[in-house]
Amino acid sequence: MESPGSVGVVTPRIERFDEPFGLACGAVLPGYQLIMETYGTLNSEGSNAVLICHALSGNHHAAGCHTTEDRKPGWWDNLIGPGKPIDTNRFFVVSLNNLGGCDGSTGPKSINPLTGNAWGPDFPEVTVEDWVNSQRALANRLGISRWAVVIGGSLGGMQALHWAVHYPDEVANCAVLAAAPRLTAQNIAFNEIARHAIISDPEWFEGYYDKQEKAPVRGLALARMVGHLTYMSAEGMTDKFGRERRYVDENNDDQIFEVESYLRHQGARFSTRFDANTYLLMTRALDNFDIAARSNGNLSDALAPIRARMLIVSFSSDWRFSPARSREMVDALINTGKTVSYAEIETDGGHDAFLLNEAHYLDLMQAWLSRVST
Amino acid sequence: MMRFDLTRITDWVPMGSRVLDLGCGDGEFLARLEAARDATTLGIELDTANITAAAANGIAVVQQDMDRGLDNFPDQSFDVVVMAHALQVLHRPHGVLEDMVRIGKEAIITFPNFGHWRCRLHLGLLGRMPVSRVLPFDWYDTPNIHFCTVKDFEALCAELGIKILDHDIVSGPGTNVLKSFAPNLFGSTAIYRVCKK
Repeated sequence: MESPGSVGVVTPRIERFDEPFGLACGAVLPGYQLIMETYGTLNSEGSNAVLICHALSGNHHAAGCHTTEDRKPGWWDNLIGPGKPIDTNRFFVVSLNNLGGCDGSTGPKSINPLTGNAWGPDFPEVTVEDWVNSQRALANRLGISRWAVVIGGSLGGMQALHWAVHYPDEVANCAVLAAAPRLTAQNIAFNEIARHAIISDPEWFEGYYDKQEKAPVRGLALARMVGHLTYMSAEGMTDKFGRERRYVDENNDDQIFEVESYLRHQGARFSTRFDANTYLLMTRALDNFDIAARSNGNLSDALAPIRARMLIVSFSSDWRFSPARSREMVDALINTGKTVSYAEIETDGGHDAFLLNEAHYLDLMQAWLSRVST
Repeated sequence: MMRFDLTRITDWVPMGSRVLDLGCGDGEFLARLEAARDATTLGIELDTANITAAAANGIAVVQQDMDRGLDNFPDQSFDVVVMAHALQVLHRPHGVLEDMVRIGKEAIITFPNFGHWRCRLHLGLLGRMPVSRVLPFDWYDTPNIHFCTVKDFEALCAELGIKILDHDIVSGPGTNVLKSFAPNLFGSTAIYRVCKK
Protein backbone atom coordinates (compact mmCIF):
# COMPACT_ATOMS: atom_id res chain seq x y z
CA MET A 1 0.00 0.00 0.00
CA GLU A 2 2.09 2.92 -1.25
CA SER A 3 0.61 6.36 -0.99
CA PRO A 4 2.10 9.78 -1.67
CA GLY A 5 4.47 10.65 1.15
CA SER A 6 5.19 7.03 1.97
CA VAL A 7 8.70 5.65 2.29
CA GLY A 8 7.34 2.65 0.35
CA VAL A 9 8.37 -0.94 0.90
CA VAL A 10 11.03 -1.26 3.58
CA THR A 11 13.15 -4.20 4.69
CA PRO A 12 14.34 -4.48 8.28
CA ARG A 13 17.97 -5.31 8.86
CA ILE A 14 19.83 -6.76 11.80
CA GLU A 15 23.00 -5.38 13.37
CA ARG A 16 24.94 -7.86 15.48
CA PHE A 17 27.15 -6.75 18.40
CA ASP A 18 29.51 -9.41 19.69
CA GLU A 19 31.20 -7.51 22.48
CA PRO A 20 29.82 -8.07 26.02
CA PHE A 21 27.24 -5.43 26.98
CA GLY A 22 26.97 -4.42 30.63
CA LEU A 23 23.47 -3.56 31.82
CA ALA A 24 22.47 -1.12 34.55
CA CYS A 25 21.30 -4.03 36.72
CA GLY A 26 24.83 -5.44 36.77
CA ALA A 27 24.18 -8.34 34.38
CA VAL A 28 26.28 -8.65 31.25
CA LEU A 29 24.85 -9.76 27.91
CA PRO A 30 27.52 -11.78 26.07
CA GLY A 31 26.39 -10.14 22.82
CA TYR A 32 23.19 -8.92 21.26
CA GLN A 33 21.47 -7.96 18.06
CA LEU A 34 19.25 -5.03 17.17
CA ILE A 35 16.72 -5.12 14.37
CA MET A 36 16.11 -1.81 12.65
CA GLU A 37 14.73 0.01 9.68
CA THR A 38 16.16 3.13 8.11
CA TYR A 39 14.47 5.62 5.84
CA GLY A 40 16.18 8.28 3.73
CA THR A 41 19.91 8.70 3.16
CA LEU A 42 22.67 9.62 5.58
CA ASN A 43 24.51 12.69 4.24
CA SER A 44 28.28 12.70 3.87
CA GLU A 45 28.77 14.67 7.11
CA GLY A 46 26.51 12.25 9.00
CA SER A 47 24.60 15.27 10.30
CA ASN A 48 21.03 14.50 9.23
CA ALA A 49 20.26 11.42 11.34
CA VAL A 50 17.04 11.11 13.31
CA LEU A 51 16.59 8.47 16.00
CA ILE A 52 13.06 7.19 16.58
CA CYS A 53 12.54 5.77 20.09
CA HIS A 54 9.55 3.49 20.43
CA ALA A 55 7.05 3.24 23.27
CA LEU A 56 5.98 0.28 25.42
CA SER A 57 4.75 -2.10 22.73
CA GLY A 58 6.31 -0.46 19.68
CA ASN A 59 8.99 -1.82 17.41
CA HIS A 60 11.34 -0.92 14.58
CA HIS A 61 8.62 -0.79 11.93
CA ALA A 62 7.78 2.90 12.15
CA ALA A 63 7.10 3.77 8.50
CA GLY A 64 6.32 2.27 5.12
CA CYS A 65 5.16 -1.28 4.47
CA HIS A 66 6.94 -4.62 4.44
CA THR A 67 5.16 -5.87 1.32
CA THR A 68 2.94 -4.23 -1.25
CA GLU A 69 0.04 -6.23 0.23
CA ASP A 70 0.46 -4.89 3.80
CA ARG A 71 -2.83 -3.54 5.08
CA LYS A 72 -1.21 -1.29 7.68
CA PRO A 73 1.95 0.81 7.44
CA GLY A 74 4.44 1.34 10.28
CA TRP A 75 3.22 2.86 13.56
CA TRP A 76 4.45 6.41 12.86
CA ASP A 77 3.82 6.49 9.13
CA ASN A 78 1.81 9.73 9.55
CA LEU A 79 4.96 11.50 10.77
CA ILE A 80 7.71 9.83 8.75
CA GLY A 81 8.06 10.01 4.97
CA PRO A 82 8.89 12.31 2.09
CA GLY A 83 7.32 15.72 2.75
CA LYS A 84 6.05 14.64 6.19
CA PRO A 85 7.22 16.25 9.46
CA ILE A 86 10.13 13.80 9.76
CA ASP A 87 10.96 14.40 6.14
CA THR A 88 12.89 11.52 4.59
CA ASN A 89 13.96 13.84 1.75
CA ARG A 90 16.02 15.70 4.37
CA PHE A 91 16.63 13.22 7.16
CA PHE A 92 18.14 9.78 7.57
CA VAL A 93 15.76 8.08 9.97
CA VAL A 94 16.81 5.19 12.22
CA SER A 95 14.14 3.13 13.96
CA LEU A 96 15.03 0.07 16.01
CA ASN A 97 13.40 -2.49 18.24
CA ASN A 98 14.76 -2.04 21.74
CA LEU A 99 16.78 -4.60 23.64
CA GLY A 100 14.43 -6.98 25.42
CA GLY A 101 11.87 -6.63 22.64
CA CYS A 102 10.08 -9.44 20.83
CA ASP A 103 10.26 -8.25 17.23
CA GLY A 104 13.78 -9.29 16.30
CA SER A 105 16.16 -7.61 18.75
CA THR A 106 17.73 -9.70 21.49
CA GLY A 107 15.12 -10.37 24.16
CA PRO A 108 13.44 -13.08 26.22
CA LYS A 109 12.62 -15.10 23.08
CA SER A 110 16.31 -15.17 22.00
CA ILE A 111 18.66 -18.03 22.80
CA ASN A 112 20.97 -17.48 25.75
CA PRO A 113 24.32 -18.63 24.31
CA LEU A 114 25.46 -19.75 27.76
CA THR A 115 22.61 -22.24 28.19
CA GLY A 116 21.49 -22.94 24.64
CA ASN A 117 17.89 -22.25 25.69
CA ALA A 118 15.65 -19.25 25.23
CA TRP A 119 16.17 -16.62 27.97
CA GLY A 120 12.48 -16.48 28.84
CA PRO A 121 11.92 -14.92 32.26
CA ASP A 122 15.68 -15.08 32.96
CA PHE A 123 16.40 -12.28 30.53
CA PRO A 124 18.07 -9.60 32.65
CA GLU A 125 16.19 -6.47 33.65
CA VAL A 126 16.72 -3.65 31.16
CA THR A 127 16.28 0.07 31.67
CA VAL A 128 15.92 3.20 29.57
CA GLU A 129 19.62 3.77 30.23
CA ASP A 130 20.46 0.36 28.71
CA TRP A 131 18.36 1.14 25.65
CA VAL A 132 20.09 4.46 25.12
CA ASN A 133 23.50 2.82 25.51
CA SER A 134 22.63 0.16 22.94
CA GLN A 135 21.22 2.84 20.60
CA ARG A 136 24.54 4.61 21.01
CA ALA A 137 26.41 1.49 19.92
CA LEU A 138 24.14 1.37 16.90
CA ALA A 139 24.84 5.06 16.11
CA ASN A 140 28.54 4.32 16.27
CA ARG A 141 28.09 1.39 13.90
CA LEU A 142 26.20 3.61 11.44
CA GLY A 143 28.78 6.42 11.58
CA ILE A 144 26.53 8.86 13.42
CA SER A 145 28.41 10.83 16.09
CA ARG A 146 25.61 13.32 16.73
CA TRP A 147 21.89 12.93 16.11
CA ALA A 148 20.18 15.83 14.36
CA VAL A 149 17.06 14.75 16.28
CA VAL A 150 16.19 12.19 18.92
CA ILE A 151 12.43 11.86 19.17
CA GLY A 152 9.91 9.65 20.92
CA GLY A 153 6.46 9.50 22.50
CA SER A 154 5.60 8.13 25.94
CA LEU A 155 8.33 5.63 26.94
CA GLY A 156 10.06 6.70 23.71
CA GLY A 157 10.07 10.29 24.97
CA MET A 158 11.81 9.10 28.12
CA GLN A 159 14.59 7.59 26.03
CA ALA A 160 14.89 10.85 24.07
CA LEU A 161 15.13 12.77 27.35
CA HIS A 162 17.76 10.37 28.71
CA TRP A 163 19.79 10.91 25.52
CA ALA A 164 19.66 14.70 25.84
CA VAL A 165 20.66 14.59 29.52
CA HIS A 166 23.40 11.98 29.40
CA TYR A 167 24.89 12.62 25.95
CA PRO A 168 24.37 16.37 25.52
CA ASP A 169 26.98 16.66 22.80
CA GLU A 170 25.42 13.90 20.74
CA VAL A 171 21.89 15.30 20.45
CA ALA A 172 21.29 18.54 18.54
CA ASN A 173 17.48 18.53 18.87
CA CYS A 174 15.25 16.48 21.13
CA ALA A 175 11.48 16.00 21.04
CA VAL A 176 9.73 14.51 24.07
CA LEU A 177 6.05 13.79 23.37
CA ALA A 178 3.31 12.66 25.76
CA ALA A 179 5.91 11.71 28.36
CA ALA A 180 6.77 12.34 32.02
CA PRO A 181 9.97 12.69 34.01
CA ARG A 182 8.94 9.69 36.11
CA LEU A 183 5.84 7.59 36.72
CA THR A 184 3.29 8.32 39.42
CA ALA A 185 1.97 5.67 41.82
CA GLN A 186 -1.18 5.53 39.68
CA ASN A 187 0.88 4.89 36.53
CA ILE A 188 2.80 2.10 38.27
CA ALA A 189 -0.45 0.65 39.60
CA PHE A 190 -1.86 0.25 36.09
CA ASN A 191 1.33 -1.50 35.02
CA GLU A 192 1.13 -3.78 38.03
CA ILE A 193 -2.45 -4.74 37.14
CA ALA A 194 -1.24 -5.61 33.64
CA ARG A 195 1.64 -7.69 35.00
CA HIS A 196 -0.64 -9.41 37.48
CA ALA A 197 -3.04 -10.33 34.69
CA ILE A 198 -0.16 -12.05 32.89
CA ILE A 199 1.35 -13.93 35.83
CA SER A 200 -2.11 -15.06 37.00
CA ASP A 201 -2.77 -16.81 33.70
CA PRO A 202 -2.66 -20.62 34.23
CA GLU A 203 -0.51 -20.82 31.10
CA TRP A 204 2.14 -18.46 32.46
CA PHE A 205 4.29 -21.30 33.89
CA GLU A 206 6.55 -18.86 35.76
CA GLY A 207 7.51 -17.39 32.40
CA TYR A 208 8.64 -20.71 30.90
CA TYR A 209 5.47 -21.02 28.82
CA ASP A 210 7.43 -21.63 25.60
CA LYS A 211 8.85 -24.86 27.04
CA GLN A 212 5.27 -26.03 27.60
CA GLU A 213 4.37 -24.86 24.10
CA LYS A 214 1.81 -22.60 25.70
CA ALA A 215 1.41 -18.85 26.11
CA PRO A 216 -0.48 -16.73 28.68
CA VAL A 217 -2.64 -15.21 25.93
CA ARG A 218 -5.63 -14.50 28.16
CA GLY A 219 -3.46 -12.70 30.70
CA LEU A 220 -1.66 -10.76 27.97
CA ALA A 221 -4.98 -9.82 26.36
CA LEU A 222 -6.29 -8.56 29.69
CA ALA A 223 -3.05 -6.62 30.27
CA ARG A 224 -3.50 -4.97 26.90
CA MET A 225 -7.15 -4.17 27.55
CA VAL A 226 -6.24 -2.34 30.75
CA GLY A 227 -3.32 -0.62 29.08
CA HIS A 228 -5.32 0.39 26.05
CA LEU A 229 -8.03 1.87 28.23
CA THR A 230 -5.48 4.21 29.78
CA TYR A 231 -4.34 5.36 26.33
CA MET A 232 -7.80 6.69 25.46
CA SER A 233 -9.79 9.58 26.92
CA ALA A 234 -13.34 9.42 28.23
CA GLU A 235 -14.49 11.95 25.58
CA GLY A 236 -12.72 10.03 22.84
CA MET A 237 -14.37 6.77 23.91
CA THR A 238 -17.81 8.37 24.02
CA ASP A 239 -17.22 9.70 20.52
CA LYS A 240 -15.93 6.42 19.18
CA PHE A 241 -18.21 3.91 20.91
CA GLY A 242 -20.90 5.71 22.87
CA ARG A 243 -23.34 3.07 24.08
CA GLU A 244 -23.67 1.44 20.70
CA ARG A 245 -24.09 -2.32 20.60
CA ARG A 246 -23.25 -4.94 18.00
CA TYR A 247 -23.79 -8.65 17.51
CA VAL A 248 -21.04 -10.88 18.91
CA ASP A 249 -20.90 -12.60 15.51
CA GLU A 250 -23.14 -13.62 12.59
CA ASN A 251 -24.21 -16.87 14.23
CA ASN A 252 -25.20 -15.31 17.49
CA ASP A 253 -28.11 -13.06 18.43
CA ASP A 254 -26.34 -11.81 21.58
CA GLN A 255 -25.30 -8.19 21.54
CA ILE A 256 -22.39 -6.57 23.31
CA PHE A 257 -21.34 -2.95 23.63
CA GLU A 258 -19.07 -1.66 20.86
CA VAL A 259 -16.45 -0.80 23.46
CA GLU A 260 -16.44 -4.39 24.75
CA SER A 261 -15.98 -5.69 21.24
CA TYR A 262 -13.18 -3.21 20.61
CA LEU A 263 -11.26 -4.06 23.79
CA ARG A 264 -11.66 -7.80 23.17
CA HIS A 265 -10.35 -7.35 19.65
CA GLN A 266 -7.38 -5.24 20.80
CA GLY A 267 -6.55 -7.73 23.54
CA ALA A 268 -6.80 -10.77 21.27
CA ARG A 269 -4.73 -9.23 18.51
CA PHE A 270 -2.02 -8.09 20.91
CA SER A 271 -1.81 -11.41 22.74
CA THR A 272 -0.84 -13.25 19.57
CA ARG A 273 1.71 -10.67 18.43
CA PHE A 274 3.47 -9.80 21.67
CA ASP A 275 5.60 -11.77 24.11
CA ALA A 276 4.49 -11.84 27.75
CA ASN A 277 8.04 -11.77 29.17
CA THR A 278 8.82 -8.72 27.03
CA TYR A 279 5.66 -7.01 28.27
CA LEU A 280 6.76 -7.51 31.88
CA LEU A 281 10.23 -6.27 31.11
CA MET A 282 9.03 -3.17 29.23
CA THR A 283 6.55 -2.17 31.95
CA ARG A 284 9.32 -2.57 34.56
CA ALA A 285 11.59 -0.28 32.53
CA LEU A 286 8.77 2.25 32.44
CA ASP A 287 8.17 2.01 36.21
CA ASN A 288 11.86 2.36 37.01
CA PHE A 289 12.49 5.36 34.78
CA ASP A 290 13.25 8.48 36.80
CA ILE A 291 15.37 11.10 35.08
CA ALA A 292 15.95 12.88 38.39
CA ALA A 293 16.88 9.78 40.42
CA ARG A 294 20.54 10.76 40.48
CA SER A 295 19.83 14.34 41.52
CA ASN A 296 17.71 13.66 44.61
CA GLY A 297 14.52 14.17 42.65
CA ASN A 298 15.47 17.71 41.64
CA LEU A 299 14.36 17.92 38.01
CA SER A 300 16.12 21.23 37.26
CA ASP A 301 19.43 19.76 38.42
CA ALA A 302 18.73 16.59 36.44
CA LEU A 303 18.08 18.45 33.18
CA ALA A 304 20.92 20.96 33.68
CA PRO A 305 23.39 19.12 31.36
CA ILE A 306 21.04 19.38 28.34
CA ARG A 307 22.38 21.31 25.36
CA ALA A 308 19.86 20.21 22.73
CA ARG A 309 17.11 22.42 21.40
CA MET A 310 14.11 20.86 23.17
CA LEU A 311 10.49 20.35 22.16
CA ILE A 312 7.99 19.12 24.72
CA VAL A 313 4.46 18.29 23.56
CA SER A 314 1.50 17.19 25.65
CA PHE A 315 -2.08 16.31 24.75
CA SER A 316 -5.02 17.87 26.58
CA SER A 317 -6.96 14.63 27.19
CA ASP A 318 -3.92 12.47 28.05
CA TRP A 319 -4.53 11.37 31.63
CA ARG A 320 -1.78 8.75 31.67
CA PHE A 321 0.93 11.39 31.26
CA SER A 322 -1.09 14.55 31.61
CA PRO A 323 -0.01 18.01 30.39
CA ALA A 324 1.01 18.81 33.98
CA ARG A 325 3.71 16.11 33.72
CA SER A 326 5.10 17.75 30.59
CA ARG A 327 4.99 21.14 32.31
CA GLU A 328 7.25 19.76 35.04
CA MET A 329 9.90 19.19 32.39
CA VAL A 330 9.23 22.52 30.66
CA ASP A 331 9.52 24.44 33.94
CA ALA A 332 12.75 22.67 34.83
CA LEU A 333 14.15 23.56 31.39
CA ILE A 334 13.03 27.19 31.74
CA ASN A 335 14.50 27.26 35.23
CA THR A 336 17.93 26.37 33.89
CA GLY A 337 17.72 28.62 30.82
CA LYS A 338 17.45 25.92 28.16
CA THR A 339 16.10 26.40 24.65
CA VAL A 340 12.66 24.87 24.93
CA SER A 341 9.39 24.97 23.06
CA TYR A 342 6.18 23.59 24.49
CA ALA A 343 2.64 23.09 23.28
CA GLU A 344 -0.40 21.37 24.69
CA ILE A 345 -2.38 19.94 21.79
CA GLU A 346 -6.16 20.14 22.20
CA THR A 347 -7.46 16.65 21.41
CA ASP A 348 -9.81 13.85 22.46
CA GLY A 349 -7.14 11.35 21.47
CA GLY A 350 -5.82 10.72 24.99
CA HIS A 351 -2.32 9.39 25.52
CA ASP A 352 -2.34 7.75 22.08
CA ALA A 353 -2.74 11.15 20.42
CA PHE A 354 0.99 11.29 19.72
CA LEU A 355 0.31 8.55 17.16
CA LEU A 356 -2.76 10.21 15.65
CA ASN A 357 -3.46 12.71 12.87
CA GLU A 358 -4.27 15.80 14.91
CA ALA A 359 -3.78 18.68 12.46
CA HIS A 360 -2.33 21.10 15.06
CA TYR A 361 0.09 18.45 16.24
CA LEU A 362 1.35 17.52 12.78
CA ASP A 363 1.64 21.22 11.84
CA LEU A 364 3.68 21.94 14.95
CA MET A 365 5.98 18.97 14.35
CA GLN A 366 6.44 20.04 10.73
CA ALA A 367 7.21 23.63 11.80
CA TRP A 368 9.63 22.68 14.58
CA LEU A 369 11.45 20.02 12.53
CA SER A 370 11.75 22.37 9.54
CA ARG A 371 14.13 24.47 11.66
CA VAL A 372 16.46 21.58 12.45
CA SER A 373 19.74 22.22 10.66
CA THR A 374 21.38 19.23 9.04
CA MET B 1 8.31 48.23 7.65
CA MET B 2 8.19 47.26 11.30
CA ARG B 3 5.56 48.77 13.59
CA PHE B 4 7.08 51.79 15.31
CA ASP B 5 6.75 50.43 18.85
CA LEU B 6 8.63 47.29 17.77
CA THR B 7 11.40 49.38 16.20
CA ARG B 8 11.74 51.29 19.46
CA ILE B 9 11.87 48.04 21.49
CA THR B 10 14.64 46.77 19.20
CA ASP B 11 16.62 49.99 19.83
CA TRP B 12 16.24 49.55 23.58
CA VAL B 13 17.43 45.91 23.71
CA PRO B 14 21.19 45.74 24.39
CA MET B 15 23.33 43.59 22.09
CA GLY B 16 23.54 39.92 23.10
CA SER B 17 20.57 40.07 25.50
CA ARG B 18 18.41 37.23 26.71
CA VAL B 19 14.89 38.34 25.88
CA LEU B 20 11.51 36.98 27.00
CA ASP B 21 8.52 38.11 24.91
CA LEU B 22 5.10 37.82 26.55
CA GLY B 23 2.58 37.20 23.79
CA CYS B 24 5.13 36.66 21.03
CA GLY B 25 2.54 36.08 18.30
CA ASP B 26 4.00 34.45 15.19
CA GLY B 27 7.54 35.06 16.47
CA GLU B 28 8.53 37.31 13.57
CA PHE B 29 9.49 40.17 15.86
CA LEU B 30 11.72 37.88 17.96
CA ALA B 31 13.31 36.45 14.82
CA ARG B 32 14.21 40.00 13.73
CA LEU B 33 15.38 40.86 17.24
CA GLU B 34 17.67 37.82 17.27
CA ALA B 35 19.18 38.93 13.98
CA ALA B 36 19.41 42.64 14.83
CA ARG B 37 20.60 42.39 18.44
CA ASP B 38 22.26 38.96 18.50
CA ALA B 39 19.66 38.13 21.15
CA THR B 40 18.71 34.77 22.66
CA THR B 41 14.95 34.70 22.94
CA LEU B 42 11.97 32.84 24.32
CA GLY B 43 8.35 33.57 23.49
CA ILE B 44 5.25 32.96 25.58
CA GLU B 45 2.08 32.47 23.60
CA LEU B 46 -1.40 31.00 24.10
CA ASP B 47 -2.69 30.59 20.59
CA THR B 48 -1.87 27.27 18.93
CA ALA B 49 -1.63 28.66 15.40
CA ASN B 50 0.78 31.35 16.63
CA ILE B 51 2.89 28.72 18.41
CA THR B 52 3.22 26.76 15.20
CA ALA B 53 4.07 29.94 13.28
CA ALA B 54 6.69 30.89 15.88
CA ALA B 55 8.22 27.40 15.68
CA ALA B 56 8.34 27.75 11.89
CA ASN B 57 10.15 31.07 12.40
CA GLY B 58 12.76 29.22 14.46
CA ILE B 59 11.65 30.78 17.73
CA ALA B 60 11.59 28.87 21.01
CA VAL B 61 8.02 29.30 22.22
CA VAL B 62 6.22 28.01 25.29
CA GLN B 63 2.45 27.74 25.53
CA GLN B 64 1.47 29.50 28.72
CA ASP B 65 -1.20 31.88 29.99
CA MET B 66 0.71 34.78 31.58
CA ASP B 67 -2.51 35.84 33.34
CA ARG B 68 -2.17 32.70 35.45
CA GLY B 69 1.24 33.72 36.70
CA LEU B 70 4.82 33.36 35.57
CA ASP B 71 6.08 31.70 38.75
CA ASN B 72 8.02 29.15 36.69
CA PHE B 73 10.41 31.91 35.57
CA PRO B 74 13.21 32.56 38.06
CA ASP B 75 14.00 36.08 39.31
CA GLN B 76 16.23 38.17 37.03
CA SER B 77 16.63 35.29 34.58
CA PHE B 78 16.28 37.47 31.47
CA ASP B 79 17.97 40.73 30.50
CA VAL B 80 14.79 42.13 29.01
CA VAL B 81 11.14 41.07 29.25
CA VAL B 82 9.01 42.50 26.46
CA MET B 83 5.25 42.84 26.16
CA ALA B 84 3.90 44.62 23.10
CA HIS B 85 0.21 45.55 22.88
CA ALA B 86 -0.98 42.93 25.37
CA LEU B 87 -1.42 44.88 28.61
CA GLN B 88 -5.01 45.77 27.75
CA VAL B 89 -6.11 42.14 27.21
CA LEU B 90 -4.83 40.87 30.58
CA HIS B 91 -7.07 40.03 33.53
CA ARG B 92 -4.41 41.08 36.00
CA PRO B 93 -2.12 43.56 34.22
CA HIS B 94 -0.62 44.73 37.52
CA GLY B 95 0.41 41.15 38.39
CA VAL B 96 2.04 40.63 35.01
CA LEU B 97 3.89 43.95 35.31
CA GLU B 98 5.29 42.86 38.67
CA ASP B 99 6.31 39.53 37.15
CA MET B 100 8.03 41.34 34.28
CA VAL B 101 10.31 43.41 36.49
CA ARG B 102 10.96 40.38 38.71
CA ILE B 103 11.98 38.11 35.81
CA GLY B 104 13.78 40.75 33.73
CA LYS B 105 16.55 43.14 34.66
CA GLU B 106 14.49 45.50 32.52
CA ALA B 107 11.02 45.35 31.00
CA ILE B 108 9.63 47.04 27.92
CA ILE B 109 5.88 47.52 27.62
CA THR B 110 3.85 49.04 24.83
CA PHE B 111 0.12 49.72 24.99
CA PRO B 112 -2.58 51.78 23.26
CA ASN B 113 -3.02 55.08 25.10
CA PHE B 114 -6.68 55.50 26.01
CA GLY B 115 -5.98 59.14 26.84
CA HIS B 116 -5.43 59.92 23.15
CA TRP B 117 -7.53 62.84 21.92
CA ARG B 118 -9.52 60.63 19.53
CA CYS B 119 -10.61 58.40 22.42
CA ARG B 120 -11.49 61.48 24.49
CA LEU B 121 -13.43 62.92 21.58
CA HIS B 122 -15.38 59.70 21.15
CA LEU B 123 -16.29 59.50 24.80
CA GLY B 124 -16.51 63.23 25.56
CA LEU B 125 -18.48 64.47 22.58
CA LEU B 126 -20.18 61.39 21.15
CA GLY B 127 -20.70 59.76 24.54
CA ARG B 128 -19.74 56.38 23.03
CA MET B 129 -16.89 53.98 23.78
CA PRO B 130 -14.12 54.60 21.25
CA VAL B 131 -13.94 52.38 18.16
CA SER B 132 -11.12 53.03 15.71
CA ARG B 133 -8.87 51.40 13.15
CA VAL B 134 -6.41 50.47 15.91
CA LEU B 135 -9.11 49.47 18.41
CA PRO B 136 -11.83 48.08 16.13
CA PHE B 137 -13.94 46.25 18.72
CA ASP B 138 -17.31 47.08 20.23
CA TRP B 139 -17.25 47.44 24.02
CA TYR B 140 -19.26 44.23 24.62
CA ASP B 141 -17.16 42.00 22.39
CA THR B 142 -13.51 42.91 22.73
CA PRO B 143 -10.35 41.21 23.95
CA ASN B 144 -9.32 44.61 25.33
CA ILE B 145 -10.65 44.61 28.87
CA HIS B 146 -8.17 46.84 30.71
CA PHE B 147 -7.54 50.10 28.93
CA CYS B 148 -5.36 52.70 30.57
CA THR B 149 -3.90 56.09 29.77
CA VAL B 150 -0.27 57.18 29.94
CA LYS B 151 -1.04 58.86 33.29
CA ASP B 152 -2.78 55.74 34.63
CA PHE B 153 0.20 53.59 33.68
CA GLU B 154 2.69 55.90 35.35
CA ALA B 155 0.54 55.97 38.49
CA LEU B 156 0.45 52.16 38.56
CA CYS B 157 4.24 52.00 38.16
CA ALA B 158 4.63 54.36 41.14
CA GLU B 159 2.25 52.21 43.20
CA LEU B 160 4.09 48.96 42.31
CA GLY B 161 7.56 50.40 42.95
CA ILE B 162 8.48 50.27 39.29
CA LYS B 163 11.02 52.79 38.03
CA ILE B 164 10.51 54.33 34.58
CA LEU B 165 13.84 54.35 32.74
CA ASP B 166 12.70 55.65 29.41
CA HIS B 167 9.51 56.29 27.49
CA ASP B 168 8.36 57.19 24.04
CA ILE B 169 5.06 57.71 22.35
CA VAL B 170 3.73 57.00 18.89
CA SER B 171 1.44 59.63 17.49
CA GLY B 172 -0.67 60.24 14.44
CA PRO B 173 0.59 62.18 11.41
CA GLY B 174 1.25 65.86 12.02
CA THR B 175 1.19 65.64 15.80
CA ASN B 176 4.88 64.97 16.39
CA VAL B 177 5.46 68.34 18.05
CA LEU B 178 2.22 68.15 20.03
CA LYS B 179 3.00 64.71 21.48
CA SER B 180 6.21 65.91 23.08
CA PHE B 181 4.47 68.35 25.40
CA ALA B 182 1.16 66.49 25.78
CA PRO B 183 1.90 62.78 25.32
CA ASN B 184 -1.25 61.65 27.09
CA LEU B 185 -3.33 63.67 24.66
CA PHE B 186 -1.51 63.10 21.38
CA GLY B 187 0.19 59.73 21.81
CA SER B 188 -1.66 56.72 20.38
CA THR B 189 0.77 54.00 21.51
CA ALA B 190 2.88 54.34 24.64
CA ILE B 191 6.26 52.64 25.01
CA TYR B 192 7.92 52.29 28.41
CA ARG B 193 11.22 50.88 29.55
CA VAL B 194 11.07 50.09 33.27
CA CYS B 195 12.76 48.16 36.06
CA LYS B 196 12.29 47.37 39.72
CA LYS B 197 13.09 50.28 42.04
